[in-house]
Amino acid sequence: MNLALSDEQEFLREAARGTLSRFKTLAAAREALDGDEGALPDLWPAACEAGWPGLLIDEAHGGAGLDVFDAMLVLGECGRVLARVPLLGHLPASAIVNDSPNAAEWVGMLASGERRAAYLPAQPPSDLDGSWSADPAHGSLRAGLPTAGAADADGRVRVDGRVAFVPDAPGASGFVGVATMDGDPVGVAVLSDSPGVAVEPVTRYDSTRSLGHVSFTDAPAVLLDAPRESLVAAWYIAQALIAAESLGSVETALEVSVAYAKERFTFGRAIGSYQAVKHSLTEVLRQLENGRSLLYYAGWARNGAPAEFPLAASAARSVGGRALDAAARTMISVHGGIGATWEHDAPLYFRRAQLSRRLLGGTAGASDRVAGELLAQADAA
Amino acid sequence: MDLDDTPEQAAYRAQVRSWLGEHKDEAPVIGDPTHPGALEDEQEIIAARRVWQGKLAEGGLAGVTWPKEYGGQGLGPIEQVICNQEIAAAKVPGILDAIGVGMLGPTIIAHGSEEQKSRYLGPMLHGDEVWCQLFSEPAAGSDLAAVQTRARQQDDGGWRLSGQKVWTTNAQFASYGLLLARTDADVPKHKGLTMFVVPMDAEGVTVRGLRQISGEAEFNEVFFDDVALEQGAVVGGVGNGWGTALTTLMFERVTIGLGGEGLGYNSGRFAAAIASDGHARRDVEVRRQLGEIASELLAVRFTGYRTLTALQKGQIPGPEAGLAKVTIVNGAIKAGDLIADVQGPDALAADSQWAYMISFLPGLKSAGGTEEILRNTIGERVLGLPPEPRLDKGIPFSELRSKEGAPA
Repeated sequence: MNLALSDEQEFLREAARGTLSRFKTLAAAREALDGDEGALPDLWPAACEAGWPGLLIDEAHGGAGLDVFDAMLVLGECGRVLARVPLLGHLPASAIVNDSPNAAEWVGMLASGERRAAYLPAQPPSDLDGSWSADPAHGSLRAGLPTAGAADADGRVRVDGRVAFVPDAPGASGFVGVATMDGDPVGVAVLSDSPGVAVEPVTRYDSTRSLGHVSFTDAPAVLLDAPRESLVAAWYIAQALIAAESLGSVETALEVSVAYAKERFTFGRAIGSYQAVKHSLTEVLRQLENGRSLLYYAGWARNGAPAEFPLAASAARSVGGRALDAAARTMISVHGGIGATWEHDAPLYFRRAQLSRRLLGGTAGASDRVAGELLAQADAA
Repeated sequence: MDLDDTPEQAAYRAQVRSWLGEHKDEAPVIGDPTHPGALEDEQEIIAARRVWQGKLAEGGLAGVTWPKEYGGQGLGPIEQVICNQEIAAAKVPGILDAIGVGMLGPTIIAHGSEEQKSRYLGPMLHGDEVWCQLFSEPAAGSDLAAVQTRARQQDDGGWRLSGQKVWTTNAQFASYGLLLARTDADVPKHKGLTMFVVPMDAEGVTVRGLRQISGEAEFNEVFFDDVALEQGAVVGGVGNGWGTALTTLMFERVTIGLGGEGLGYNSGRFAAAIASDGHARRDVEVRRQLGEIASELLAVRFTGYRTLTALQKGQIPGPEAGLAKVTIVNGAIKAGDLIADVQGPDALAADSQWAYMISFLPGLKSAGGTEEILRNTIGERVLGLPPEPRLDKGIPFSELRSKEGAPA
């Protein structure tokens, strides 16, 4: 048994931290919040230089051939500094393409980052609902997936439908996800410059998060021959990645809060010496440590116990999303009034927390998925 | 990152499994009315479990991490976990005296004299003599160094012991206890402490069961009325009791860190309770709560593996292992609440496992360190936050007591 980072993984994480430290991501986040979205640096060239686009693509196809756990380490570093690196969209998409032999011509470009893909989030059926679904643009009723018509002789199909709140959709070269064909899920890839493809950029609360509503009207698509398991796994890869990203943000929120609790004095002593403050900070640490343990679980399960990957990734998302909410709220409280001002960094983490918890099926959706997986296990026992 | 056994670990697992395969029919069957020969009477259960511990020890399945010279296997924590896993998988009881073998024996190995090691360790390991931990007192729990049980040295070098201990597991059938007493009240409180071995059948020792919310008495109060101890009863030197106690507490953390799920508060058990209710298992709110609770309990399992990895590398687990206990206890409290909401008053029936769990958990919140003291320790040692100002530093214990309005 060995549940620790390897030397290579430590190096990957340190290198990611070094790469991102070259950019003033938090200052840019503030400027973007003030209305200057152009202030956010384009981090894709740096990501390509670091080899991140190809993390989940086999070495034979020009990728790094690494595991989801390694990708989680990179996302954690992005989360630490609220860096807008469009990996949450790209990496699950790249995993589907990597598993699609008939998409071999694209996979190299995705690995190098020459082309950037965005994943069309598609939630697999649960024990309560036998159908695939997408996040709705409004309200609580989950939406259906785009539909694909019959394939032509070249394996091309026409796709219709709309997918809301697609991470990293604006500016993506193409979209990869799941459509239904005669009720069955199939993998599809659509180039963004194809006729019938429209991307509506949307910003909600967190300016550092790039989102788009993507619609297809009789849009030409390639029918991917990725196995069904890859289409299912992509959803849980996205869950694991956003969990890792959230926990990275928790790390910073906690570090900043602890530092302040040591230097701010009231009634003649540091506020961190008061139990009320100390206990709320250890509560953040408790949730962070639980989240870290579940990242290890998900990272191990992806290859070591694939049947448990949905449970592990959903559990990590459940804990990670709640941990970030707690960390951001604690960060504001520990800083007192100043923590709730526009000038402070705490609101940037708070905004990240509130939006992240509602994307990709939501943190509550992940908790429901954990319950569904465990109830199924109980039935089988 | 790998959760699989190495070839050496797999070989060890096979060896343990093979021993259990050969001997599991000799294990006592406890509390299963469907099984012929199942034991119900507490005395019989304890007697049978002592015998079974002896067999486990002979087979090398007790004291896995103890040095070979004291009858152990000289193996690491990972082998201990493998052994625990195989014992659980074989559905046989583990050792009776987990406190002795897991915490007190290792303390004696670290601090005891050669005489103490050769006299006590063998019978402890084989279950011939069960041990109990005599640390907590009515006025010394979180602030353990405030113990008032007093040992006074006599002219012949022996000691006289008076005072009271509480929350003592297994005291009703223990042969010996490891006891933290005050031997000098005129120095600051951490300095005037000494650790002793106390024979539980000595004149002046009284054990009384302590009934809890559930009505069961899983713990005891132990009273000492001018109990005579020999000079050789001191463990680790006079005045060194606090350092010796810290060793025990470190092994307690290891035990909790590796065996947290052994309490039976795991996601699978709680999910099964919900799964049996066809309506609740489809209820969005019930599912969300179950998912949240279960996610945290699952995390604890993998925190345990992280602890184990650190132990394998020779690192000593720090106080952060206490966070796992906080998660387990609070997760189980929420789970009991959820299950009672689903089942209604039947969850509180006298023979319900959930009524028992619901009754047990409020006390468990304070066991092995209250949640508040754990959060203090973690906040200070792990996050580096400044300590609360203390009013007891550098002050002789006797003066402290008089400040608190009580005689020292």
